[in-house]
Amino acid sequence: MIQALETERLGKRYGRKWALRNCALRIPIGHVTGLVGPNGAGKTTLLHLAMGLLAPTSGTVKVFGYSPAKEARQVLSKVGFVAQEHPLYKTFRVEEMLTAGRKLNANWDQDLALRRLKQVGIPLRQRVGKLSGGQQAQVALIMTLAKRPEMLLLDEPVASLDPLARREFQQTLLDAVTEDGLSVIVSSHIVADLERFCDHLVILSASQVQITADVDHLLQSHKLLVGPRDRAQTRTGTYTVVTSREAERHCMLLVQMHGPMIDPAWEVRDVSLEDIILAYLSQPSRGMAGLEEKKLGVTQ
Amino acid sequence: MEAEKATIEFYLDSRSGVAPYLQLVQQVKQALRLGFLKPGDQLPTVREVVAQLAINPNTVFKAYRTLELEGLVGSRPGLGTFVLRTLADPALESHDALRQRLMGWLQDAAAAGLQEESIEALFTNALQQLKKRNEEEIA
Repeated sequence: MIQALETERLGKRYGRKWALRNCALRIPIGHVTGLVGPNGAGKTTLLHLAMGLLAPTSGTVKVFGYSPAKEARQVLSKVGFVAQEHPLYKTFRVEEMLTAGRKLNANWDQDLALRRLKQVGIPLRQRVGKLSGGQQAQVALIMTLAKRPEMLLLDEPVASLDPLARREFQQTLLDAVTEDGLSVIVSSHIVADLERFCDHLVILSASQVQITADVDHLLQSHKLLVGPRDRAQTRTGTYTVVTSREAERHCMLLVQMHGPMIDPAWEVRDVSLEDIILAYLSQPSRGMAGLEEKKLGVTQ
Repeated sequence: MEAEKATIEFYLDSRSGVAPYLQLVQQVKQALRLGFLKPGDQLPTVREVVAQLAINPNTVFKAYRTLELEGLVGSRPGLGTFVLRTLADPALESHDALRQRLMGWLQDAAAAGLQEESIEALFTNALQQLKKRNEEEIA
């Protein structure tokens, strides 16, 4: 099946430093995927590789089955990209930005652009530089939507916005997703909104993919176990530990469950997505590659 | 045109650790149980919920599909999603009277100096006792 984005052993090296390493991803069509990680984790590098703005050092990347480097035309007609700084011509009026968009893009949908601008109340005669940060972000997004892409790549689109502008930006984006069934990949280091916004998640840290899964699955399979420290293990048939906090006699384990917890010594609690993400980010050496087997808490 | 009032208003608790789609499912069921939603009522469209909560449309689809699989709602193409059956207790009419008696009891408990936690503990304990007695009767 064709994936919206598919990478295999994808890597990018700048000089001696790997910005992204051994990245294997399959992101199906029709999802809103969050790309989460601290600054410098490789999020922007991955998006630039997907757009063909960078060439891979190793491995392959395919967008809707096409190679962004070799089949740029097919990829560019299907994919829209919104960069973090929302690059717009600040001296242009909004309507002049639309004219530029129409002349530069074959599939330009002027009606869509006008309708969406009206929805969010941005006046066409206003100069772009005079708009608020939130409105500029909206214009950049609407310009990209008017290209009629099948997938949107957004690099930290809301990082510089206040909470209200962030919510309004997301509403425009999600409305477009509902209307057109767009696939979206959005990078972010703001983890608070991701749960309602994304249905799929890729956690990147230290240039590597730590985990990639559906949000529902992440929430349902991760639990906080509270119980006696001397019975804590890094890995059992029932669970795999992501992070642990230990006190003298009892400990708290954030775990991925593989089956129901039967041992009554443990209290099982739900965890928020934010806590799950932070747990994976704080354990960059572990992750999917497999955890080292060791007994916790017991000094040998 | 004045929009009709929505039959149900959803909310999301992002600290709960409960998957968002399940939160929506639970809220519909709760509304069915309490009689706020009745057979024939239309649920808000996916687009309305997306606009209201700034939530991923796939989440809303998944919630509605789950409710549909449980036979609680049905979707009519082009029209929307409608409630098919209720979860309300057949004894819903007696809720009011029972609630009033419970309120009276709670006031008595407060007057006797019980704190909220003690009231909760007492209530849970009594409920368990009742359960146990019922089980013994069956056995």
